Amino acid sequence: MNSSTDETYHRWDAEAMARCGKRLGIRIEQQSVPAAQVMTKALRMASSKSLPDIVQFDASEMPTFAEAGGLVDLLTLGLETDGIPRGIVEFGSYRGTYYGAARSVNTLALFYDKDVLDRAGLEVPATWDELRETAERLTEGKRYGLALSAGGAEDGVFQFTPFMWSNGGDETELDGPRVVEALDYWKALLQDGSLSRSTVNWTQADVNDQFMAGNAAMMINGPWQVETLNTDESLNWGIARIPVPQAGDASVGPLGGAVLTVPKTGHEDRERTAGRVVACLTGEKEQLTYALNSWMVPAHEKAAAVWRDRVPGLGALADQVAEARSRTGRLGAGWSSVSLALQSAFQSALTGQSSEAALKRAQQRATSGNRGTRP
Amino acid sequence: MTTATDTAAASAKTPEETAAPDPARLRRRRRLAQWGFVAPAVVFMLLFFGYPLVRNVVMSFQHYTPKTFFTGEAPFNGTDNWSAVLQDALFGKALWHTLVFTAGSLLGQFCIGLALAVFFSRRFPLNGVLRSLILLPWLVPMVVSGIVWRRILDQDTGVLNTFLGALGLSGDTPWLTSPDMALLSVILVNIWIGIPFNMVILYGGLQEIPGELYEAASLDGASAWRAFRSVTLPMLKPVITVVLVLGFMSTVKILDLILALTDGGPADATQTLGTLTYQNSFVQLDFGAGAVVGNVLILISAAFAVFYLRANRTDGK
Repeated sequence: MNSSTDETYHRWDAEAMARCGKRLGIRIEQQSVPAAQVMTKALRMASSKSLPDIVQFDASEMPTFAEAGGLVDLLTLGLETDGIPRGIVEFGSYRGTYYGAARSVNTLALFYDKDVLDRAGLEVPATWDELRETAERLTEGKRYGLALSAGGAEDGVFQFTPFMWSNGGDETELDGPRVVEALDYWKALLQDGSLSRSTVNWTQADVNDQFMAGNAAMMINGPWQVETLNTDESLNWGIARIPVPQAGDASVGPLGGAVLTVPKTGHEDRERTAGRVVACLTGEKEQLTYALNSWMVPAHEKAAAVWRDRVPGLGALADQVAEARSRTGRLGAGWSSVSLALQSAFQSALTGQSSEAALKRAQQRATSGNRGTRP
Repeated sequence: MTTATDTAAASAKTPEETAAPDPARLRRRRRLAQWGFVAPAVVFMLLFFGYPLVRNVVMSFQHYTPKTFFTGEAPFNGTDNWSAVLQDALFGKALWHTLVFTAGSLLGQFCIGLALAVFFSRRFPLNGVLRSLILLPWLVPMVVSGIVWRRILDQDTGVLNTFLGALGLSGDTPWLTSPDMALLSVILVNIWIGIPFNMVILYGGLQEIPGELYEAASLDGASAWRAFRSVTLPMLKPVITVVLVLGFMSTVKILDLILALTDGGPADATQTLGTLTYQNSFVQLDFGAGAVVGNVLILISAAFAVFYLRANRTDGK
């Protein structure tokens, strides 16, 4: 079961599964449900003992299912982690156990309109100060310098993390000075007029629409938008790492993407076969095919190297992935409470409250909001 | 109601039947038949209303997490869920937003709906065409209207602000992006959605009022406003109650529209009990807490239902 409800993704997955099925001499059936329903559907299936043999979870949801005791350790099924960068192994792990194998990963990067920057004679910004200045100078008439999503869902939190992390902030201490600084930076962009005030109501797809419509000269977004961006041939866009507070700082983005997991169904044979299917789907060759189709970065180092040669324009993305961090690495299943508290905090701050007060409240809410995850 | 009429009919017939050979057996058979007719409804109610209701109440006293789906165990934790939810500042906010949203939406929908209904009960050309055009918002799925309105209300590129700007009015209204405005904007959109429903039902009610009453009123020298107050409103009262009750039920549990418009934001300015229970149950996967909020919603609806039945009973007398 996966969330490939888009025609293209469903087809790519079906083709990959057909190839792996042929190799292993089995038939693989694909079932796709909307991304937001994968977790609840899998839980319902668990209670009626009708779990599929393989479930593809969004990596930020996997810990919840693993914590409930629903997943099989992939290493016991013969999967290997050689050649996969440590960050990505952790991305698929919960409390040190490797439950989810990624085919590809994604992260956020700075997309920019090459023509607009050229005409203004500006360089691609690499630090926060440069970004602020460039964005301000590119803001003109109906066009904003920068677009990003601060919407009230996981989208907004995903976009806030690179600013929080690159500045040394941490999700376990939302009211820490580094997080406050990062939020103040967002506020400054808004006050400069470089960000639209609609930012708090935009999803990442909205941000992409704004960029494509020429309402923003730069945007923070992910590679899954590339397919849409390429439908407009007149748009000449480039991609760079997300700017960092000071030159020389590491640009730490959030790792995104899905992992393939094998739920505990109680049938050892089936679990072992499922392990072989996961191994095939996450093999170098399949990874590369999938990554080239979906514009995401292959998880495996060797596949990533080939990918980099094949799509040189997206090299910045591969760099960003190498430094990227998983959202659930520290908090595991507790991430969802923190995420909700954080959404409310940056929305309050962007609509007038002080960053410090908003984040202080968020920290209180996040720690008291963990009632569900504590036994 | 069916049962009441059945029993009444049955008891009315009994005196004639006493003459029949075996009254006891006949009566028993009739009893059985009566129960047979009632049974499907009772089973349906128990299965699809009673069970989920009881389950939801029980769940609100349980530590019900993703683990429960595997082990089937949900230990009782007393009133932990209740105190956690009720102490959460967000709950009070959401409750208040729900009340404001419901009251505001009903008031707007009803007044505009009634005004349009009265307007369309006159005869004029294109009446039918216009009346059916006004139904359109009702035909559009809620999520679609939500998404379209989100674009219309966009602060910079939205049609509404562009239009207001062109008129020389403030073209920079932060409809959905300011915590102070967002709830109002969501209410306005919901009013737009609810007008057709109110109008159609009230229009139907107006057709039922005999024209002679108005003739009599005008003979008595009543002004149009007086006739509306003393003839239309009292005659329309049963229909008004139905419209308001149905409106209340569909408004108080609002979820889809808000998810599509604001996702409960900005800064929780549009969180309602509906979005809160959704967030607790399906984002945080804390089903116990979600059940608590759900129960509060049920309690509010139940209180309203009792109030409605009371009002109806005094009406009947």
